[in-house]
Amino acid sequence: MTARTFALGAALSFVAGAAFAETEITWWHAMSGQLGETVNQIAADFNASQDEYSIVPVFKGTYEETLTAGIAAFRAGEQPNIMQVFDAGAATVIAAQGATVPVQDLLSDNGYDFDINDYIAGVRYFYADADGKMIGMPFNSSTPILYYNQDALDAAGVTAPVTWEEFQTVTAPALKDAGYTPLSQSHMPWIFTENFFSRHNLQFATNNNGYDGADAQILINQPEIRDHFTAFKGWVDTGLAGYYGTGWGDNATPFENGEVAMWLGSSGSFGGLVQKVDFPFSATLLPYWEGVTTQPTQTFIGGAALFAMSGKSAEENAATAAFFSFLTSEDVQYQWHQSTGYVPITNAAYDTAKADGHYDRFPAAEVGIQQLSLEAGEWTRGYRMGFYVQIRDVMNREYGRIMTGETSVEDAFANIETEANALLARFAQTQN
Amino acid sequence: MKRAGFASPWMPFLLLLPQLSIIVVFFYWPALEAIRTSFYLEDPFGFGSTFVGWENYWQLFSSSEYMRVARFTLVFTVLVTFLSLGLALLLAAKADKVIRGASTYKTLLMWVYAIAPPVAGFLGVMFTHQRFGQFTDLAAFFGYDYVVGVNFNDTAFAMILTAVWKQVPVNFIFFLSGLQSVPRAVQEAAMIDNRSSASRFWTVTFPLLAPTGFFLLITNITYALFDTFGIVDTIVRGEPGNNPMTLVYKVYVDGFRGSDLGGSSAQSVILMVLVLALTIFQFRLIDRRIHYT
Repeated sequence: MTARTFALGAALSFVAGAAFAETEITWWHAMSGQLGETVNQIAADFNASQDEYSIVPVFKGTYEETLTAGIAAFRAGEQPNIMQVFDAGAATVIAAQGATVPVQDLLSDNGYDFDINDYIAGVRYFYADADGKMIGMPFNSSTPILYYNQDALDAAGVTAPVTWEEFQTVTAPALKDAGYTPLSQSHMPWIFTENFFSRHNLQFATNNNGYDGADAQILINQPEIRDHFTAFKGWVDTGLAGYYGTGWGDNATPFENGEVAMWLGSSGSFGGLVQKVDFPFSATLLPYWEGVTTQPTQTFIGGAALFAMSGKSAEENAATAAFFSFLTSEDVQYQWHQSTGYVPITNAAYDTAKADGHYDRFPAAEVGIQQLSLEAGEWTRGYRMGFYVQIRDVMNREYGRIMTGETSVEDAFANIETEANALLARFAQTQN
Repeated sequence: MKRAGFASPWMPFLLLLPQLSIIVVFFYWPALEAIRTSFYLEDPFGFGSTFVGWENYWQLFSSSEYMRVARFTLVFTVLVTFLSLGLALLLAAKADKVIRGASTYKTLLMWVYAIAPPVAGFLGVMFTHQRFGQFTDLAAFFGYDYVVGVNFNDTAFAMILTAVWKQVPVNFIFFLSGLQSVPRAVQEAAMIDNRSSASRFWTVTFPLLAPTGFFLLITNITYALFDTFGIVDTIVRGEPGNNPMTLVYKVYVDGFRGSDLGGSSAQSVILMVLVLALTIFQFRLIDRRIHYT
């Protein structure tokens, strides 16, 4: 840029600033590719919808990188107004009281009606505190569901399994005979651990799953989940399932290529699958073990939430509140749901999608939200554990070792329990 | 004769100031900060900070996982150093004898040097990819089920292969120039005394290469310990799972991904001590015994 155009640009922006006096806020997010474009579109729509405020979305890398950048910026007093924080990092942000302004307070203080019951059941409390006050605004929310290749199921003459027992005895052997690897999954800590506990309504941590205080202990070393991993390892060994590594894509690609018949992924994967695969596919609820429960419960959300960072002026907070209000409006939520596959977070947006016939056109798009709206249980609202990113790393490591036969299921779970509790104790110590 | 000197005794310090301030701001200050943080357990957002003494260190040394990573780093460093030095020496000794098209050979062997570590890592990822890696196909041809990302050893192999491939050209350049500086007269004299070129190499050329060799040994150890970060990162893609990682990568995983500032500072202090020890070893022991001519 030459000095002259730069000067011109500076002069213009000065004039523009003087003319409108917009309050500008920043939004750090981790949405790349198609998702990032949708985020930019939402921001542009918000800016066009009114002339008091303007929002600037900034892509900061992966979820972990965004959180780290946000923390570093906060410590330097340069934090953005809105920061996107993923599920595993939520405990870190929520525990740091004073780092964020609870969205519930932010919206009420700025004159917007807030009723937590407007949000769909599985979304409501995941980013809330122990008293049920919403701290972070759920943004891209998804839940693990079972996708299936319709051609594969037809070839094998089976339907998608409802329970793991059915999968083990009926679905998987038939799919294997039809020449498919019956199943793969993309995130064992999320799908086979956190949501395993929720789907079977099992307690995941002491202190009310960690919501009541940082000095919680993880309750992972339980017979139900050990049996599940013993079964899964058995399936992998006998060709009833495939394990392709820790990475998300490693396990999704064989399904997209039509080698694997069924894949456990995110309800938010829907939009991508529509574009990638060339076979008819649909989805169903996450299977459960009938031997563990006959009344399976809902799962909770994964994904990320938007947090309003503290230390901002009242005008900027008003702008943030206005943006949250815009973001949760029916039309924006429906548009987000349609283009990405993430669930709409409010009941009203869900009703809009239903009324518009979205689910008649794409039945699979509704599975996630149906699962989040199933009957709730005592242990289905979520979990809150500090240093949880590292705890997930420990799980991934031990699960990987189970799969390669380097360790036994018993030793792996004993290890996870010990190391996770050590991390939780360390985190509790930082909260003094 | 008049001694040249500064008019004011402060002048030299003033002239050194820019350099010194850069060193202080970018090296000493962060290093001291790391040492300080390593004795604390800190809330990521900086609200609470508890002095815990040596607990962060004690916790590392009692962690079987940290020890496992340390053992892997040791094996990794030894293998990468030995293989990249050995291969480079072999290539340099052979290239030194090439008469026709020598510069073409040399250029072909050197160009890899210009590749950035993440790009090298990416090439390694492609080469050993689970689904379409040429190496995976080759292993399958010999009946071995090579699955990078699932099997610990297979992933370790991919890392070592990539790290060695990236480092050989650097060593090659140094060894080649080292070989070319071996005096012709010595070589000719040796040729009269000894007909076996292998024995001539080990008794005459190799000792004369020792200064280059020891210099490369230290730089290769540092390379394997620290500069392979980009390669490890590209291969494990931020999620190590049950895959191998090096100590430097663990600092990143615990500190940047996991927000455990105290624990990861303690790890970086340990690495700092390691580098210090290596440097002392280089200056004290080796410089005394190796004569650079």
